[in-house]
Amino acid sequence: MPVVATELSRAPATTPVGEGGTGKRKRVGVRAPWWFLVPAVGMYLFIVVVPSLNGAFYSFTDWNGLGEGWSLVGLDNFTAVFTDRGARAALVNTVVLAAVIVVFQNVVGLLLALGVNSMVKSRYVLRVIYFAPVVLTPLVAGYVWSFLLSPNGAVNGFLNGVGLDFLARDWLGDPSTALYAIAVEIVWQFSGYSMVIYLAGLQSIPAEVLEAATIDGAGPWQRFRRVVLPLLNGAVVINVMLCLIGGLKQFDQVVAMTGGGPGTATETISTTIYKSAFNLGDFPFSIALAVVMTIVIAVCAGVQYRLTLRTK
Amino acid sequence: MHTRYTWWTFAREGVLIVVGLLFLVPLVGLVNVSLKPQDSQTSALSFAWPPTLDNYTTAWREAHLGPALGNSFLITLVSVALIVVIAALAAYPLARVTRAWSRWTFYGIIGGLLIPGQLAMLPLYATMRDLGLLGTLWSVILINVGQQLPFSVFLYTMFLRELPLDYEEAALLDGAGPLRSFLTVVFPLLRPVTGTVVILNAVGIWNEFFLPLLYLGGSDNTTAPVAIYGFVSQFVSLWPLIFAGLVISVIPILVVYFALQKYIIKGFAGGLKG
Repeated sequence: MPVVATELSRAPATTPVGEGGTGKRKRVGVRAPWWFLVPAVGMYLFIVVVPSLNGAFYSFTDWNGLGEGWSLVGLDNFTAVFTDRGARAALVNTVVLAAVIVVFQNVVGLLLALGVNSMVKSRYVLRVIYFAPVVLTPLVAGYVWSFLLSPNGAVNGFLNGVGLDFLARDWLGDPSTALYAIAVEIVWQFSGYSMVIYLAGLQSIPAEVLEAATIDGAGPWQRFRRVVLPLLNGAVVINVMLCLIGGLKQFDQVVAMTGGGPGTATETISTTIYKSAFNLGDFPFSIALAVVMTIVIAVCAGVQYRLTLRTK
Repeated sequence: MHTRYTWWTFAREGVLIVVGLLFLVPLVGLVNVSLKPQDSQTSALSFAWPPTLDNYTTAWREAHLGPALGNSFLITLVSVALIVVIAALAAYPLARVTRAWSRWTFYGIIGGLLIPGQLAMLPLYATMRDLGLLGTLWSVILINVGQQLPFSVFLYTMFLRELPLDYEEAALLDGAGPLRSFLTVVFPLLRPVTGTVVILNAVGIWNEFFLPLLYLGGSDNTTAPVAIYGFVSQFVSLWPLIFAGLVISVIPILVVYFALQKYIIKGFAGGLKG
């Protein structure tokens, strides 16, 4: 973006600051005082750091949120979490949901991006349509889909209409399909987000590179596999990370579509944390599960980071 | 690559349009059902005729959507304004100072991207309760600002690092202090990234459900999604009435989206290239 500006600047001025960090390179007298950081660091400490550390600490206590009293209980809260069937189901559901979203949102998003990144006449209109669900309130989108997926809803109506009646079912009331039905809603809603990120990646691939591949005799599939896909690596990393973290925090759509049911078939970590604290009043359990969630997210992010390093 | 419109392009266009129509089905169904008689149980795609607007007047009244939309608007506006000012200001020393404290502060703030809000939820809830902020818009605003800072500071810092120093040096030579040169010279140059920060945060905060449910649920100060949540539990399965409420609650964001789609899509795409 600051391309024009770069041309005007002298060499030392464009050196990225903060890399290497020896501080030896002579600055030409720009003053960026440390106190500019005070509001941000203050808010960040107050809202994120201190309560998160408190949360991590309280997970080893019986703190119940009222008053100041607490005593250490060791790993009792974690034992409670891992022996609780509901919490275990929630952990499995959350990981399954995140995995399904990562795969399908990326595949659909990439296909849409490849589709609109062509000479198709309606590409601008289509892009706006595919992206529209992204800005929709997730809770509202969840309610709309719960209606479409209801026994007399449009999805079953369509299946009956095309002679696939045997597939029609109570999608959200059946424990074997409810979680995947929620995944369908999420993929519908956020594929457009993945699409625009892939589209930005596709548009940054120089046409000459693709022409050179064609001249060398590469067919469409080979061009995609050997040229386009490797150059999209950055977009893949960002998209997978977004889907993963978003998927592991899933709350709104679950509340709107199933409320966690039937049974515990669609409970996620987030819904269980909320319910155990505010419906059951079990703060220690809720807070220990939040610690587990943080670890799950950190591990998934770490694994993904290692995998991307390898593919590079 | 494909510089000509061939039969292959035509086939591809056909498929993409069909997919586009499928993408629109839930939105069309949403509006269509909201125009049916209140207790209609017909399919989302059987056309509403004659259409009725009765559901809209009932939903508007019963769900208290007027005040709720006002609160959503206030929370979004104040949160985004604070995020822009605080994050841009913080990014300046983080991008320009090469010392260790600057680097470690940057890493410390970026690390917040991996911490789920749930970890801080209960201690923060207790703090807000002790400060008497439960049920007030300020609780949600303050938490929005704190939680969104890591990502916004990250975007601003990455952008600033690519920005040359010449303008700031010129301002300094003219005798401007650091704050004045930041406000009058640097901040205007940040406009592209400010656009991204505003768009991503505004959409996210407007649509947010978990946080306002926690802090405003059951109070008189709800936001649109929380009001909708209460409304739906109250009128279970009166779908046309519910859908009218849903339409009202998403009209503002959809109007803004279709009016500014070019910038909004660019904002979402641009925020994540770094």
